[in-house]
Amino acid sequence: MAATLLDVRHLSTQFTTRGGIVRAVDDVSWDVKEGETVALVGESGCGKSVSALSIMGLVAPPAGKIVAGQILFRGRDLLTLSEEEMRRVRGREIAMIFQEPMTSLNPVLSIGRQLTEGLEIHLGRTPEQARARAAELLSMVGIPDPERRLPQYPHQFSGGMRQRMMIAMALSCEPSLVLADEPTTALDVTIQAQILELMKDLSRRLGVAMLMITHNLGVVARYADRVNVMYAGRIIERGTARELYGNPRHPYTLGLLRSVPRLDEPRRARLAPIEGQPPDLTRLPGGCAFLPRCAFRVDRCVTERPPLSCVERSEAASRTGVSPGARDAGDHVSACWESARVGAKAEAAR
Amino acid sequence: MTALLEVTNLVKHFEVGKGTVRAVEGVSFSIEKGETLGLVGESGCGKTTTGRCILQLERPTGGSILFEGRELTTMDQKELRAVRRKMQVIFQDPYSSLNPRMTVGQIIAEPLAVHGIVSGNAVRAARVKDLLSRVGLLPQHARRYPHEMSGGQRQRVGIARALAMEPSLIVCDEPVSALDVSIQAQIINLLEDLQAEFGLTYLFIAHDLAVVRHISDRVAVMYLGKIAEIADRKTIYDNPRHPYTKALLSAVPIPDPELEVQRERIVLGGEVPSPLNPPAGCVFHPRCPIAVERCKHEIPALRELTAGHGAACHLAETMIPTPERAGAFERSEARDRAGASPGARESK
Repeated sequence: MAATLLDVRHLSTQFTTRGGIVRAVDDVSWDVKEGETVALVGESGCGKSVSALSIMGLVAPPAGKIVAGQILFRGRDLLTLSEEEMRRVRGREIAMIFQEPMTSLNPVLSIGRQLTEGLEIHLGRTPEQARARAAELLSMVGIPDPERRLPQYPHQFSGGMRQRMMIAMALSCEPSLVLADEPTTALDVTIQAQILELMKDLSRRLGVAMLMITHNLGVVARYADRVNVMYAGRIIERGTARELYGNPRHPYTLGLLRSVPRLDEPRRARLAPIEGQPPDLTRLPGGCAFLPRCAFRVDRCVTERPPLSCVERSEAASRTGVSPGARDAGDHVSACWESARVGAKAEAAR
Repeated sequence: MTALLEVTNLVKHFEVGKGTVRAVEGVSFSIEKGETLGLVGESGCGKTTTGRCILQLERPTGGSILFEGRELTTMDQKELRAVRRKMQVIFQDPYSSLNPRMTVGQIIAEPLAVHGIVSGNAVRAARVKDLLSRVGLLPQHARRYPHEMSGGQRQRVGIARALAMEPSLIVCDEPVSALDVSIQAQIINLLEDLQAEFGLTYLFIAHDLAVVRHISDRVAVMYLGKIAEIADRKTIYDNPRHPYTKALLSAVPIPDPELEVQRERIVLGGEVPSPLNPPAGCVFHPRCPIAVERCKHEIPALRELTAGHGAACHLAETMIPTPERAGAFERSEARDRAGASPGARESK
């Protein structure tokens, strides 16, 4: 088993707004091993992007604040680093790819300059070396004729090419972890396929670990080793892609999987949506946050927030009457009191 | 059945500094009353411009648009205003398509007043309440402002506004793509319910092929201003004959890791060329995995392969069906026919 590269422990990030305190990320723990691709999946406002920004030290004060937890990167807590030290991590050891390549590239700097900047600052390359490396990087991400492309500006690139350029930038300093926040959402389907294949290929070849943040369950199925599903600031289910899709144990995961029409299945006469809407993060209920939309709810869900616990162990416990541990390091975990019933329903639906 | 909408050889060019953008280049299709036609393609393929031309929000450069038997392209503004009651639109972005300074009640009531459909404030308020409940909102939502609502609720308001006119045709331009996954299904179900209730006809413009398969009776695939392929739902998904349709279908990720591993994926090289300077011959040939010499020079016509199934490809006859989905459709259609679940449609 590969060593743990990034270990996020009990992370809580909050934003102070006029409407109250938004608990964007609420006591969340997950990890990424060397060379692994891990996904954070969820809908808008579930806390997936804020998780990435917290790791990069980019949560904007004064409204935003990391109020608790540790972010251990190779054993070192990033939250204790000074801004100067954090700068050496950002781009060098952990790089980020954003959703919107147009707004995250500098429009008044040439492509070449944006690529060489990091190489000169982080790796101490001379301008000539950096330029030669920049050309290599562009051809590595499949941009033909790099010499002609380097002096150009982002507006001269198409959306797909800009995203290739972002990938080149992210990989330029040979980081060990890349955070990709909805890397293909703004792209067309055929271009999406190109970019995802490129990312998979490069992460394998270079041994880079990847955190893929997305709302698209299909993208996750093909590219992620392990998947964390987030809802209302918390992780509600985690497992390998195979476990999660084949054997979902949280009503929200099951609901997401069943609500999307799929090309590989017979066309259903009617879709099965998750009714209602995500909760207001300033007024989270005491019990389970998914309760108002949940078809499996029981009395206990109103008062007791279900912890993430090992699916197999807690189901064994519910049969024998022995209560499971509060948190479990088991592979497939779900935060639901009724995970066994959810599993049975998923089984029956297949 | 009679065609509610008949588009023939529609052309829309935009003059820009650098030349002419050929956004729509000879598109023809018709939609029967009560039917849903899905119009799919990637950004810049002309699907939205086609929708806007039908609504006469853009005046076409050429071609004919017959709506309920009347030619729209030659109408003046006054005539159009009367016709527009019958053609409504639902936009992609529920955030920018509702006036932020009007309450939901005012937004829905405005077209009723403008078109003089319902006069008198009390009657209008009652009609607004009725419309709100039809789209799954509550009467008190009428007093809210758009910013006080979620994306899904706003899209419901947009739908209520369109319904207020009692239209026969609704152009739905990416109506669910800005919404979260769990909300998309709610809106799709609502659109289907309303279609059944009011006998609506939809032109459903989208890029999500799975959503389009779910909601459409027939599907047209566009590429660079032209229709690459058009057929009924079953045919186009089970037996696509245009290489672009095949590539699009294979690019859609499926939420099942085991299937994804086995799946063969056609990853197209290159990008969509600029409509300022479309390629000669077949517009798809620079990216086409099966292109031959002929494709570089000769524009393929949209040929009818079987009744109702047209493809604009010289090699359409040589394309074999996609094996992975073959059979899946027959089962679903059988289930539809059996009326196993509520809301099952009659298969055509």
